[in-house]
Amino acid sequence: MTVAETIQKITREHLEKNKGLALGQCLTAVGWVGGTVPEMKEEDGLVELPMADVAGGGIAAGVALAGRRPIYIVRYQGFQWLNSALLVNYASKSKDVWGIPCPIFIRSIAMDGGIGPVASGSHHTIYMRMPGVVIAAPMTPGEYQTVWDYFMVHDQVCYVSEHRRSFPIDYEMEDIIHPQADLTIFAISSTRLNAVEAVAELEKEGIRANLIHLLWLKPFAVSEKMRTALSRSRMGGLVVDGDFENGAAKCIAYDLMRESGARVAVLGLEERTAGFAPRLDNLPPPPQKIVKKVKEILS
Amino acid sequence: MHSKEFGIIENVSRDFSREETLEMFRRACRSREFELHAKNAFDEKLIKAPIYLSFGQEAVSSALATSFPGASFFVQHRCHDFYLAYGGEMAALIDELLHRPTGCTKGMGGSASIHCPEIGMFGHDGFIGSQVPVAVGYAFASGKNTLAIFGDGAAEEDYVLSALGYAAHRKLPILFVCVDNNLSILTKVEVRRNWKITDVAASFGMPAVDITDDPWLVMHHVKRMSLPAFLNVRVVRHFWHSGTGVDGEPEWRRFELIKEELGRLGLRMEAESIERDTAAEVKKAWESRLAASA
Repeated sequence: MTVAETIQKITREHLEKNKGLALGQCLTAVGWVGGTVPEMKEEDGLVELPMADVAGGGIAAGVALAGRRPIYIVRYQGFQWLNSALLVNYASKSKDVWGIPCPIFIRSIAMDGGIGPVASGSHHTIYMRMPGVVIAAPMTPGEYQTVWDYFMVHDQVCYVSEHRRSFPIDYEMEDIIHPQADLTIFAISSTRLNAVEAVAELEKEGIRANLIHLLWLKPFAVSEKMRTALSRSRMGGLVVDGDFENGAAKCIAYDLMRESGARVAVLGLEERTAGFAPRLDNLPPPPQKIVKKVKEILS
Repeated sequence: MHSKEFGIIENVSRDFSREETLEMFRRACRSREFELHAKNAFDEKLIKAPIYLSFGQEAVSSALATSFPGASFFVQHRCHDFYLAYGGEMAALIDELLHRPTGCTKGMGGSASIHCPEIGMFGHDGFIGSQVPVAVGYAFASGKNTLAIFGDGAAEEDYVLSALGYAAHRKLPILFVCVDNNLSILTKVEVRRNWKITDVAASFGMPAVDITDDPWLVMHHVKRMSLPAFLNVRVVRHFWHSGTGVDGEPEWRRFELIKEELGRLGLRMEAESIERDTAAEVKKAWESRLAASA
């Protein structure tokens, strides 16, 4: 089963069996959100919201207060600058302030460029700084199910930084760990696919890079595997993200450095706005850029 | 027009029973007395955080609690009167203002973010008007009668307008009440906009009325409107937006006007008794909580 099919199945079951609701804009338009939304109707619990991004987040919070555990679908992560207002300030804080949980499963979908200044990339950093929200970036069917299962037994706001490149994936991704390595790469979201290619390319040049796929971004727990991998990496680590560097990547790099004592660099989007022309686009670091960065660190 | 007569219906008070009228008045007295004691506690620096007093505006909450009971309600920062009018425990609110863990929001809410699930009250997160889309979502998902209360400033927030539109589109069981004191802090409505929120609500296809804060007038419209509906109620805020300062004489004193009307209804004696009894009740509650240790 692909990630898209997994999301569809989860959504259908939630609406049919849990009296859940799935809310969002243009859900029933062509493509049904990349084939991830089941072809269900309003009366089944698939709710079309108006083109009102800030209000939409508030409506989702109200639905959560009423106990319906909504799936809130935002078709581009860039829209989160508007959608996030009441999701972070109301829903995420509700349990802390009033003891009333407001659990929402926020499906926030990224893609790799191609639409210019419309912020289409991963924007999980927007939510990183706020208390009361859990952030994950699943790329495989198993990972997606794990995140959903977590949401259903907890009462937090869950921000799921999805990526369209994950939708056709029907396999799980294994970490690559060497007994002794030159460097350990920690990759987030779609950069995980680029990092796999980069590691293979580096291997051809005699450079041994570990690759650890990151699923949970917040809270971020430095596992024993991560500590061990870093301790056996000659030149520390590199966090690769499809978001800008001043955010999730640096937060995670800091945690890794504190826990391991190793130096950890970051690589993300360039510090500029994307343009429509391919030469002006601002894409998550492709394999070649990851390779170049690793070599810089090692030189 | 911002006046004590705006939208008034002659003799509308006679449409209500003695019991309804006196219950409304009792609630107004409780809120009013409470706010006076809260003011004193603030002036004596016993309350150490910003305080948002609804003194002068209590007619709206008391009218709504009497005519729209049992609703789940979503408030904004000026909400002591709504908490009390809908039956919130007074001691818990006093403790909340005194920052105690025994407060209704355990000290987290202060004056502005109080909540009380027992009476169906949901607290405010601080973003002006945010409670409106949240209330709409709640009404949509629960199907319960819902009340969304906000001020004339919040009425301009973009997400409030779209939430109104969605409620109308979905025909949700929600009553929107704009407690319009004509001020966003100190900036008057006429400086901020040239449109009326009731016109906007009506354009979405819901019944929308713009009236003064005569409580019988409020109750008259609440009982007749099919939901979703919108009430813009003109009020006079007596104290500053935050704190206890005063900027001159209020344009009208609704509480005094209520008492005059009660006199015309032949309920002067009962009103005096209620006012006396609630004053004693509120005084006792404040004295008791102030004497108690934190």
